[in-house]
Amino acid sequence: MTPDSKFAQVISLSDKRLVKDIPAPHMGGAILRDVLPDAPFDAAGTGFVLACLPDSKDPVLWIQDRMSRRENGRLYGAALRGFGFHGHILRVEVSHPRDVLWAMEEGASCAGLSAVVGEIHGAPEVLSFTATKRLALRAEQSGVPLWLIRSGDHGALSAARERWRLRSRPSGVNRFNAQAPGMPVWEADLFRARGRAPGVWTARYDSHAQRAEDCLGLLPRSGDGAVAADHQPASHASGG
Amino acid sequence: MERWRRIISQHRTPPADDVPVVLARDGTHGPVIHAMNTVARARGIAAGTRVVDVQAIYPDLHVERADAAGDYKLLERLAHWARRWCPWTVRDGQDGIVLDVTGAAHLFGGEAAMLRDMATRFKMQGLTVRLAMAPSRGAAQMLARYGQPSVICDGTTMMAQLAPLPVAALRLSEDMLRLLTRLGLKTIGALADVPRVALMRRFSGLAEDRNPLVLLDRATGRAADPLNAPPDAQVWLSRVRLPEPVIDPVPQLPALAEALCADLARAEQGARLLRLTIYRVDGEWRSRDVVTATATRDPAHMLRLLTGKLDGIDPGFGFDLLTLEALRIEPLSLHQDHLDGSRDAGRDVAALLDRLTARLGPEKITWSAWCESHLPERVEARVPAIAHRAAQAPVMTCERPLRLLDPAEEVTVLYAVPEGPPARFQWRRVAYHMVRFEGPERIAPEWWRDKPGTRLRDYYKVEVQDGRRFWIYRQGILGDGRGGDPVWFLHGVFA
Repeated sequence: MTPDSKFAQVISLSDKRLVKDIPAPHMGGAILRDVLPDAPFDAAGTGFVLACLPDSKDPVLWIQDRMSRRENGRLYGAALRGFGFHGHILRVEVSHPRDVLWAMEEGASCAGLSAVVGEIHGAPEVLSFTATKRLALRAEQSGVPLWLIRSGDHGALSAARERWRLRSRPSGVNRFNAQAPGMPVWEADLFRARGRAPGVWTARYDSHAQRAEDCLGLLPRSGDGAVAADHQPASHASGG
Repeated sequence: MERWRRIISQHRTPPADDVPVVLARDGTHGPVIHAMNTVARARGIAAGTRVVDVQAIYPDLHVERADAAGDYKLLERLAHWARRWCPWTVRDGQDGIVLDVTGAAHLFGGEAAMLRDMATRFKMQGLTVRLAMAPSRGAAQMLARYGQPSVICDGTTMMAQLAPLPVAALRLSEDMLRLLTRLGLKTIGALADVPRVALMRRFSGLAEDRNPLVLLDRATGRAADPLNAPPDAQVWLSRVRLPEPVIDPVPQLPALAEALCADLARAEQGARLLRLTIYRVDGEWRSRDVVTATATRDPAHMLRLLTGKLDGIDPGFGFDLLTLEALRIEPLSLHQDHLDGSRDAGRDVAALLDRLTARLGPEKITWSAWCESHLPERVEARVPAIAHRAAQAPVMTCERPLRLLDPAEEVTVLYAVPEGPPARFQWRRVAYHMVRFEGPERIAPEWWRDKPGTRLRDYYKVEVQDGRRFWIYRQGILGDGRGGDPVWFLHGVFA
């Protein structure tokens, strides 16, 4: 049960040929991104979004609808420092997904925010292709990155510029206790992207990394870089 | 006293008229009497005596708490209300109002008629007043408290009317009163008869408001004693009167907002709370309130906030008057944006907050507030963002889950092991197989806050077979004497 040691053998980050294809969602880019947690009650998507939020003093607008609060729980502010997030979160808790979309649109037109994150559970009618298209255009116009966490949704139509599917993998080795879970490891599947090839990566979050940029690491599952053909069932994954 | 009686009679039956009632306030050695009704006064109960002493003498005494702050506020309001008679009114001490009616009495048909009018209008409010009119402020307040009721004195008879009053009417301190009584000066007349030079020499070192000679001079008009009246509360209101009743308020709003903002800009103020009211033709009115996070006088911003609130407003058969009022204002000086044309990000966020709050309600938009607590659900509280500022998160020593279930949900143990978390458990009708775990982290109940009998919690971070990480806890331990077998709960999800 030491999958990350295997990855370390497969890839070294100094290899430019491999690094150039790795997407950098945490490097910004004011676009709309979808995050779809693959399994129910999986906080991998939330962790991925938090790890990608820009490190800024400006607040983040975080909007949840009633169903996502009930199903997945509330975001717990005491854990945010562990994900390198030191800003403030302006929470909006509404009951209907319609209000989430409205609040996201209002937030997207506000340049004082560092990011806007919306959470919608299930695939409600109002979250249509047109609605996501409005959000995507608004994000590109204003320069505020938008994230939409769509739990309980298995890939309905969306105009998001990047669509990620996240899934928890067995965690890394805990240095102090072999019986305990270690650093979070996720399988990040970029299954639709504009202007680049999709692919599957293994993401790990190391909160003790020296530099802030190194905290979130995306490692290709196979040694030959990220290509679309790499998209294969996750069951016989590690090592590739 | 009368205010207490009126408030009390709204809630419960007031005590009968022949029962002595006193209001008590806190004194140095327990509660002392603040005010009393006529029955109590007739029995010789004086203000300032201790309640326990009086209760020993009169066991049927009915004691209530006095509301000094409420009295003060009422008096402030009454002082402003009294401007119906003259423009300069001010609260006088804890129990009086001084009016400078110079040149105003003829409007009410003479001085006597004016006093009658005052007495009637206060009586309509359920308050009894003692009135007096005199050429100087000091003389008027002495006569009102110690003289005949509704007395009017002019400059010629003033000294004769003041002379029989006790020296306590000058509102001197206890020590000074005792000293004057020892000197044999018991009335104002006696004090006035003493040569001024002697008084001046005797009380030379005293401050003006404690010096009996200065106070006497003020009362007799020999020293100036001007009235410093507080300014009127200003109403920030703009209104539109329509010749014909209309249904839709939207076309009128820009003019309203611009008029109000122009007024605010002249005074360098910004609005924090706005109220739009429509007055319908059938005599009804409807209003909508809008709160803002920072002071604003931007008509476009006000319009955006107001248009979101108009959906539920019922115009009936139309309305012919609209008002927009700034109920709460704050100073807002002129603000210049950056020279390069960029906008201030903080102001953008405040404007966003206003829009969200106007549409969704203040409780839905929150910052985190942090509490000193060990229990995870108590660490983070949510406060309305419109009224509070964002607080910095505390540094946690232990790892905490990214998402917290509120409340924690019970899990069914399928296969328990003696130490540590269950090897198999069921939550939300799905069975999970535990692979790795970390813990326990024991969090004891907070005895200073929780009920006795609350059980402790042992938290475990548990990784299940497919890699999801949960935060589960066992409530209580076997044999802690606080209930039966321990129960397991799932409280959060790790990333």
